[in-house]
This record gives sequence, structure tokens and C-alpha cells, in this order.
Amino acid sequence: MKWDFASVFDNTDALLAGAAGTLRLFAICLVCGLSLGLVVGLGRYARSKWLYWPATAFVEFFRNTPVLVQILWFYFALPILLPFTINPLAAAALGISLNSAAFSAEIYRGGIQSIDKGQWDGARAIGMGWGQAMRRIILPQAIKRMLPALTNRAIEIFKMSTLASAVAYVELLQQGKLIASLNFNPIEAYTAVAVIFFVFLWPLVQFTYVLERRLGRSE
Amino acid sequence: MSLLQVRGLTKRFGKTDVLRGIDLDVQPGERIAILGASGSGKSTLLRCLNFMEMPDVGTVTLDGKVIGPSGKYRESELTQVRQRVGMVFQQFNLFPHMTAVGNVMEGLRTVRRQSKAEARTRAEKELARVGLADKAETYPAHLSGGQKQRVAIARALAMDPEMLLFDEPTSALDPELVGEVLNVIRSLADEGRTMLLVTHELGFAYHVATRIIFLADGTIHEQGTPDEVLKNPRQERTRAFLASHKQFSF
Repeated sequence: MKWDFASVFDNTDALLAGAAGTLRLFAICLVCGLSLGLVVGLGRYARSKWLYWPATAFVEFFRNTPVLVQILWFYFALPILLPFTINPLAAAALGISLNSAAFSAEIYRGGIQSIDKGQWDGARAIGMGWGQAMRRIILPQAIKRMLPALTNRAIEIFKMSTLASAVAYVELLQQGKLIASLNFNPIEAYTAVAVIFFVFLWPLVQFTYVLERRLGRSE
Repeated sequence: MSLLQVRGLTKRFGKTDVLRGIDLDVQPGERIAILGASGSGKSTLLRCLNFMEMPDVGTVTLDGKVIGPSGKYRESELTQVRQRVGMVFQQFNLFPHMTAVGNVMEGLRTVRRQSKAEARTRAEKELARVGLADKAETYPAHLSGGQKQRVAIARALAMDPEMLLFDEPTSALDPELVGEVLNVIRSLADEGRTMLLVTHELGFAYHVATRIIFLADGTIHEQGTPDEVLKNPRQERTRAFLASHKQFSF
């Protein structure tokens, strides 16, 4: 067989639009997922059962249901229950963000727990409250330890963005599907999509290796 | 009036009574050394005085004001108390992501909300006092144990505490580093500071303390002046404890 990438290059505009959509979804989910994850992670660490149990229920629910099902549920089921419609971006962003929040919450909780209890003692002994100690003493040390795991989460979020094609959100895979069905060139179209993902993610993965080595050295 | 008054202080960990009804009055300028075998409740007593541990029963009165009521401590009240009752730990507990001067500035900046310049001036003064002016920009990982403990003392002093609690401040140090830390504590004693010190350094306690408390089974078993308790102990258990500590002295 003959590879013919000309039909892919003819659709560069469509792929660029897809890449923009992927990046937009990635940025939203990265910010929302990791910051909500911190809130939920702190809830999982809290002693108050009013914080612990809701946070735990959240983590268990979203860790044990597939993201694809969540996205489809938000897109097709939620508008039936609530009096408004939801666009593909919102449905995908909700599903991926909530799922990432659940996974990153466990990273945050583990990171915070790994900090020596003496650090709490040192902070409290100079009159710091819980919030001050967390923000100034515990989190800066914990985040450093969590960085490799959090960058892995970011890579996962990037790849999960392809699930948004299930609700016809314009992202790379969706555009690849479109190009393949219009030009009858699935080999070239999907190869191109895979290569584009690789080009985005490979530097990111290299960065996490560097990060892991550097953090491992200073510990 | 006592600076600190403790009445009926009781602390349990699970089913173990670690402290069983401690009564203690600390006068301004007093230097109290707390001795006792491991597990006698020395550290727990100290940690209850600035509420790093919450007493289960009993009252702590600081400068005439009762902290509590017992069992219903408010966080804001306790953070106030901890600023007035400074603490130095066996394991230093310095913040590893901050330089020496950053460690000393932290309470002034975050808790006291002082300006950076103001906090820095004060922190440098405290570091100079413990002989570490030249280590201001050094991170804890590059300091010796003795230097770390002196930074920790400077960190506590920066908050202007009315009383200092030392929880075995030299127990984690190599023998040759003990002296530099004890010298700093001694200079604080000479300033007339009120302090409580849990220690195994009997000689230091003898020379620096104004009162010795011997704890056993979570109660004050014997107390008095250093001469009374260390040279002429009345209780059998105090004698046995002192004998075991002097076993290899010459």
C-alpha cells in the first residue's frame, strides 16, 4: 500500500483547529482538576468528618467510574434532569476535571501526609494556625515531593482530552476522524493525530524525568 | 503572682495515663529542670503547657488568665498562647525550605505580619545572639546539629516569648556539639528568662536551674533546689534515677 499524507496536509486547518481545541480543553481541565484536587485532598486529610466524608465519597465515586461514561452522562443525561443544555466542551471539561480532581486529591493527601509531624510542631510553636502552617510550611515541601506525580497527572489529562470526541467536541481526534471519513485515509489521518500528540507530550515527559532526577538529588 | 499555674493536669494516650494530676507554679525568672526516666511524661508535660498536646483534665493559667475551658480550646486562643510560650524541640524542626534567617523571620512575617525589613533586622539580631550571624543565608541541610538547634532557639526568641520550653534540646546532638547549645541556653538563663527544660544533662541542670522537678509515673515525685534534689534526694526512686545517670562518671 502507498502512504499518502497529502490528503492530511490538505486539511492542516482542520487539524490546527483540533489542536487548539485540545489545548483549550487541556488548560481548563489542568487548572480545574488540580485546584479542585487540592481542595478535595485537604478534605481527605481533615479531621472533621464533615469534610472527610464528602471528600472521600467524591474520590471514590470519580475514581471508580470511567471518564467516558461521565462525559456522556453530563452531555446527554444532565440536561434531562436540569433545565439547561450543556455544550460539548463543558461536558468534557466537567468529566475530565472531576476525574482528575479525584486522582490528584490522593496525590495531595499522600504528599501532605509524607511531611514529618515535627514540621507541624515547629510551625505551631511559633503561633501559626492550621491554614498558615499548611500554606507556608507543609504545602511548599509537599508540592516539591508531589511534582513528578502531578506532572504525570497532567500528561494523563492531555491524553484524556481525546474522550471529548465522543460528544463531537472539536479536538484533535475528532478532527482526525472527520478527515479520515471524508478522505477515506484512516491510516494517514490517525497516524497524523498520534504524531501530533507525541510531539506535544514527548517534551513534557522528558521534563518530568528531569524533574524527578533533580528533586531526587536534593532530598 | 505565678506566670504559669497548672492544676490537676491529666493527659491520657489511649488507655495509658501519661500525666496524673500535675500541679505546678512557675514564677517569673524561674528556671526549672524536669528530670525523669523515659516514659515518665516529661515531654508530654512540656507539650501540654503550650498546648501542642491538649490536656484531658486540669487547667493551665497563664499570667492570671485561664486557658480553655478544658476540652474546648479555641485555635485563636492557642496560637496566642504559643507565641507567649516558646518551644525548642529535640529534633529542631527547622523548616528545610527556608534559610536560617528565613526560619527566624517566618513567625514575624506570617504570624506578626511584620514588614520584610523589620522582620529581617530582628531575625539577624537573634541569629547574632546565638552566634550564627554568618550563617543567615545557609539552609538547614548545610548546618551542623548544634547550629540547627541554635537557629531553632533564635526562631523561638524572635517571638518575644515570656517563657521558653526546651524539650531535650541536646539529646539529638553529637557529644561535641552539646556545649555550644548549652552555652546559648545558659546565656538566656543569665538574662533572667523564665524557662522549663527537659534534659538528661544533670550537671547543666545543677548549675543553671533554680528548681529541679523529678517526674515518675506521670506525677511530680520530688522537687526542690538543685542541691536538695540532686545532692540529697529524699525519695528512693529519685536516688535510683540519679545513680543510674552517674553510673559511669568519674
